[in-house]
Amino acid sequence: MVAHARRDHPDEACGIIAGPAGSDSPERLVEMINAERSPTFYRFDSAEQLALYRSMDDHDEEPVVIYHSHTATEAHPSRTDVKFASEPNAHYVLISTRDPETAEVRSFRIVDGEVTEEAVEQTGDELAVQTYKIGHTPTSIVYDCAEPR
Amino acid sequence: MSVEVRIPTILRTHTGGEKIVTGSGDTLSALFTDLDLRHNGLSGRVITDEGALHRFVNVYVNDEDVRFTGGLGTKLSDGDSVTILPAVAGG
Repeated sequence: MVAHARRDHPDEACGIIAGPAGSDSPERLVEMINAERSPTFYRFDSAEQLALYRSMDDHDEEPVVIYHSHTATEAHPSRTDVKFASEPNAHYVLISTRDPETAEVRSFRIVDGEVTEEAVEQTGDELAVQTYKIGHTPTSIVYDCAEPR
Repeated sequence: MSVEVRIPTILRTHTGGEKIVTGSGDTLSALFTDLDLRHNGLSGRVITDEGALHRFVNVYVNDEDVRFTGGLGTKLSDGDSVTILPAVAGG
């Protein structure tokens, strides 16, 4: 999610992590196109969204995580985020890319207009995200996952 | 004539929890009028007071976004499949 957010900065990045229906277990990450291509707004492309939901239906999955990035503000749902939250069972993950060195990642439930923050527990390599490097050439983007120092 | 309508999670309060309902109508507009008879309030979540489709609700007829097929005037045929998906969006 952070890699996607950094790659799309300064536009907002968006996507979902699907998991088996009813499991609350996020397993399959799907990056989505931000049809708005905006630094302050995101929206799934409507045809892509249909294909995604069909695919989840076929695999008996549901959106467990819906993530998007904020490129200049904190990793907290905005009024717009709350207004458009339409999956009551999903965890809404916000990633802030306002700082090029550190990504803020926070998770929330948004149900009936109410926002509740939930704890994010880091597992695995603690430094893998913080030491993420991105190199740009004119025609491609190269990712380098640095070893923790 | 009969059309299958797929209902997203957030609108299933209007259909008693049902994921798929059926309805009929020559156009999308007529279909929603018909659906409201059995599922009160459903069309109000998809159609504004001014009678237009909500900007942030996607409606598809046989996989085509109805924004490109005539909106609420989209013609329906027996056996068509209609899907409603609230836009995933934010800021």
